[in-house]
Amino acid sequence: MRGKSLKVKETIIEKALFLCAAGSVTAVALITLFIFSSGYSVLRSYGPLNFIFGMDWSPVNGEYGILPLIAGTLEVTAGALILGVPAGIGCAVFLAEMAKERWAKLLKSAIELLAGIPSVVYGFFGLAIIVPAIRDWLLPAVQKIDPDVPASGFSVLAGAFVLGIMILPTIVSMSENAIRAVPLEFREASLALGADRRETITKVLVPAAKSGIFSSVILAMGRAVGETMAVLLITGNVPKVPTGPLDPAATLTGTIAMEMSYAGPEHQSALFAIGIVLFILIVILNSIALAVMKRFGGAV
Amino acid sequence: MAEKEKVFEIRDMDLYYGSFQALKKVNIDIYRHDVTALIGPSGCGKSTFLRSLNRMNDLVEGCRIEGKLLFDGEDFYGKDYDTIALRTKVGMVFQKPNPFPKSIYENLAYGPRLHGVKDRKKLDEIAERTLSQVGLWDEIKDRLGKSALGLSGGQAQRLCIARCLSVEPEVILMDEPTSALDPIATSKIEALIQELSKQYTIIIVTHNMQQAGRISDRTAFFFSGEILEAGDTRRLFTNPENPKTEEYITGRFG
Ligand SMILES: Nc1ncnc2c1ncn2[C@@H]1O[C@H](COP(=O)(O)OP(=O)(O)O)[C@@H](O)[C@H]1O
Ligand SMILES: [Mg+2]
Repeated sequence: MRGKSLKVKETIIEKALFLCAAGSVTAVALITLFIFSSGYSVLRSYGPLNFIFGMDWSPVNGEYGILPLIAGTLEVTAGALILGVPAGIGCAVFLAEMAKERWAKLLKSAIELLAGIPSVVYGFFGLAIIVPAIRDWLLPAVQKIDPDVPASGFSVLAGAFVLGIMILPTIVSMSENAIRAVPLEFREASLALGADRRETITKVLVPAAKSGIFSSVILAMGRAVGETMAVLLITGNVPKVPTGPLDPAATLTGTIAMEMSYAGPEHQSALFAIGIVLFILIVILNSIALAVMKRFGGAV
Repeated sequence: MAEKEKVFEIRDMDLYYGSFQALKKVNIDIYRHDVTALIGPSGCGKSTFLRSLNRMNDLVEGCRIEGKLLFDGEDFYGKDYDTIALRTKVGMVFQKPNPFPKSIYENLAYGPRLHGVKDRKKLDEIAERTLSQVGLWDEIKDRLGKSALGLSGGQAQRLCIARCLSVEPEVILMDEPTSALDPIATSKIEALIQELSKQYTIIIVTHNMQQAGRISDRTAFFFSGEILEAGDTRRLFTNPENPKTEEYITGRFG
């Protein structure tokens, strides 16, 4: 009796879970289909190459070249990685190898808290602190050397700084796990050869954890590329290819978010086409991360 | 017969993990170029003792050691003693083969590089010398650039011994180095240990009585944190003084 009712229960649960899975897959498929069909018309009329490599984004004049937006996204992302990756890996090493248990826990929950803060709050932080700081402290010094530098403070640098903080939780927690997963035996083998702690960390532990660390960086990159709100508030949204860290920039996501509400049909289609580009970019990044994880099996 | 030179001289050594006393009043001398076997039931403190000889227990939080511990006549737990230098002179081979997840060559270059050898030719020489010493050179000389994780268990353990030799130690500590290996790999390692004992002082923990009998010159029998009996291996196995020793070596417990 009991065996039978258990079996029925199991079947029901199985069916329910299958429905959930099927539902989410369908939703993703529908969204994808929608984006692609909405973006398709501009890609066809404007030409995909003109679209991707065009230098002029001015929808009022019917120009839909998104190269400045791609450049803006890539530069802000690269800046965020330059600032966030060393800090994040350093922090992960500290948490995994050096901090006392209690401090590690405290610091870890603080960093995980960073992940829970809504991105508009980061944007506001950037707007209220980073942009003025760049404008009032950094720019006067730079202007002595290069008087033509844009003076607003809204810039690639501001975006990179805030995004650099936003990607910390991803990098820190994944890298820390990867470093912790390195077997104790490697640590011991290194120390037994007369290595000190620093040498053991830099020459054995971090290399042994490199695939996990690399994956964390790729995922962080995905996060940086996809981030919208924070970047929108502080990069200045000027659709021109930025030529230096103090230039303003417009990003792919920021442009969609800002312009969608008033866009006419063609313009709207162009925004969806930007969505396609973003979609493909993120899929590529995630596949790289997954492939690396699979190839090297997590930590080692 | 001339008095043999003492490498380690341990007097009244107590070791605590927090409040738990793992070693009690341990006294033992280790002589140069001897193979000294540490035997005893599991949990009796053999690994603990072995790991305190190159201060690996420093990694264990709450581990405290008392007593007189001399290496080459010097107190190696003294305040100014250089732990790095100690670990260079007293190498270690672990129970589970643990080559680094790097190439075979990098495994052998790691230690020398730590100690300032940068010259590629010198590193090549060290790789060839140590691999020849452990009898691996002909087997793997064509794949030095390949990952060490692809080696068989026995090969990996011999590579670990070669890695240990790469920094030219005086003493090699081995903690059950063959317990993860099959009988053929085990007998190769045993032969290797005997070969190495001409140049090095070897201290080996083993669960295997026959192994201790075959390869060691002296044996110490550990029992719940104490050394109950130590001495010439042949004598200890044929004519044990302590009844507990006899019980253990005849396999009545363990
Ligand atoms: N890091 C540690 N912390 C606390 N207790 C330990 C630690 N390592 C070993 N012990 C304890 O010390 C005793 C001796 O252990 P060990 O030296 O590993 O024994 P053996 O190698 O002879 O089997 C055991 O009771 C074990 O539980
Ligand atoms: Mg042990």
